[in-house]
Amino acid sequence: MKRPAVLTGEYFILGDYACAEGALAAGCRFFAGYPITPATEIAERMSYRMPEVGGIYIQMEDELASMAAIIGASCGGVKAMTATSGPGFSLMLENIGLAVMMEVPCVVVNVQRGAPSTGLPTLVGQGDVMQARWGSHGDYEIVAYAPSSVQEMFDLTVKAFNTAERYRIPVILLADEAVGHLTEKLVIPPEEELTIINRMPPQDPPGEYLPYRADDSLVPPMANAGEGYFVHMTGLTHDERGYPIITGEAHEKLIRRLIQKIRSHADEIIEYEEVELDDADIVVIAYGITARAALRAVRDARAQGIKAGLLRLITVWPFPEKKIQDLAQRVDTFVVAEINQGQIRREVERFVDRPDRVIGVNKLGGDLITPNEILEVLCQPSPK
Amino acid sequence: MSWYWKEVNREEWMNPGHLACQGCGATVAMRLALKALGPKTMITVPACCWTIIDGAWPNHALKIPMFHTAFETAAIAASGIRAALDVKGEKDVTVLAWAGDGGTFDIGIQALSGAAERNENIIYVVYDNEAYMNTGIQRSGATPYGAWTTTTPVKHPEERPKKNIVEIMSAHRIPYVATATIAFPDDLVRKFLKAKEIQGTRFIHILSPCPPGWKIASDQSIKVARMAVETKVFPLFEIEDGERWTINYWPEGRPVLDYLKMQGRFRHLTEEQVDYIQRFVDHEWEKLLKRHQETHGSLPEEATVSASG
Repeated sequence: MKRPAVLTGEYFILGDYACAEGALAAGCRFFAGYPITPATEIAERMSYRMPEVGGIYIQMEDELASMAAIIGASCGGVKAMTATSGPGFSLMLENIGLAVMMEVPCVVVNVQRGAPSTGLPTLVGQGDVMQARWGSHGDYEIVAYAPSSVQEMFDLTVKAFNTAERYRIPVILLADEAVGHLTEKLVIPPEEELTIINRMPPQDPPGEYLPYRADDSLVPPMANAGEGYFVHMTGLTHDERGYPIITGEAHEKLIRRLIQKIRSHADEIIEYEEVELDDADIVVIAYGITARAALRAVRDARAQGIKAGLLRLITVWPFPEKKIQDLAQRVDTFVVAEINQGQIRREVERFVDRPDRVIGVNKLGGDLITPNEILEVLCQPSPK
Repeated sequence: MSWYWKEVNREEWMNPGHLACQGCGATVAMRLALKALGPKTMITVPACCWTIIDGAWPNHALKIPMFHTAFETAAIAASGIRAALDVKGEKDVTVLAWAGDGGTFDIGIQALSGAAERNENIIYVVYDNEAYMNTGIQRSGATPYGAWTTTTPVKHPEERPKKNIVEIMSAHRIPYVATATIAFPDDLVRKFLKAKEIQGTRFIHILSPCPPGWKIASDQSIKVARMAVETKVFPLFEIEDGERWTINYWPEGRPVLDYLKMQGRFRHLTEEQVDYIQRFVDHEWEKLLKRHQETHGSLPEEATVSASG
């Protein structure tokens, strides 16, 4: 039986499978796979779903190959994705930088596990947040979504493709083992209700089109290889024609645009969920699976008369610095809960006047942060 | 086989109580290999089943130093250990890289090729269970034609023959390349004893049945490995200096179906596909025979029995 790409309906399904279905619904037709716990189920699902929808699944020889292949596929005009976990993500980082530089839309899923190194392959971690931000060499901006539920494994994978296509960037789905291996309800909407964004094709005829000439959006229209347009893509610093230009001036112009392309659209890209923030004195900031525990902690704190709220990050990158600055004007304390040693807490501290107003609830990986562990901190007296 | 019982060290360098599945071929292979190599051995293991099998210190199975390296680096991490031993003048220690097929045929081949090209003084073993078994049975470059895995489902099973890693390694002109399997412990141990006395890169390819991955009962591992040899699917031979080819065991030459039908991972194969595998195996065997003949001038008497089998 051949099933359609968009499996409209209600399911009780694994998070990793929901991610695969989100990609197919977004139009992904090439998946480069390599087994790694806890992301393997995405590859397994793709290996039998891709042939059903006329796409291609290739199992690669390693993660270098996976990342390079999805860049190639995207340059050829097909939406492409790969999925991995920490050790594989480390191997992909050189090519993620290449995708930033060549402005190639693609989606990389990192289902985080306990780390560093082989760490805890089957257990949860959220320690790759800074690696997602700064892992490739040089200055650049990146977009990373952090799904908190199986539904978001689907929804944010669709969104990751839309953002990748719209801004011509690699987008990271920064999932975690708990969400990837969670089985819960998923609703896949009818195909016509899905918002799908595709890369802007060249607006000029061949001969006049310059591959890296952008308008005020700073996003150049993209000619896919083999569509009659001159295409020259390179990881070297290049000008609007795509020709390598090895000067500081050309570098300044190109990298400034690549950075501004994201920064100037940050308000459209950044997403978060606000719970009980209007009168909150103390705000929990959390993302991924930890946000589920944080929500429960906030509800329990409210029941005890504590004015607690939750800011759930849906995009961890770009960081919602304006929102933090705004909240810092009217909130006493921030509690940042994350399964790492404070990678986002430090970001929050940068936008709050006094670091003692920011408290971390941290674990190293392997175990989830429980609602009670957050609640205990919410019940402590304010440092003000 | 009598020499085996007389000459081979009765001491065990691998403790019982390891964490492998019942009937794990890779575990038997390690036990036998260490009987030949002895306690003055250090081992690197990349991501693979053996990182788990060894268990936790101080109750780990191996009585020798073990380094769990990054997935793509078994050969080159071993080269680093060898360099340190050389700097310290410790020449009598064997450095062993012990990797699965994924870590050898796929992600580790760059480091392995680099080490072999420089003729690093290590023994490299691939214990080949023909898929990524530690992550739950995904195909690798070693998965044979027709086999089911979770990423080559029955609807579209593996459609390419497995990579010929032995020829790839012999093309590096390293001093010693051999195949072995747990069903022929005397042959396996002899090869490790021989490899231990050679300087340079030595490569041993061990077919290691995996009960959950091959869909066989856990008491069938040795029988399946033996059948792989008797059907010529996995001949036992060695290549010295990339040139001298020697077949070490002359198989009965049974039909490949006898091997395939023992395993659930081949259950879906059609008669045409089995025929294709038979022709492929016959073709590869003919090539191997020619190389043996080129090296030795003639074939032994057993060979003619085998050919008519």
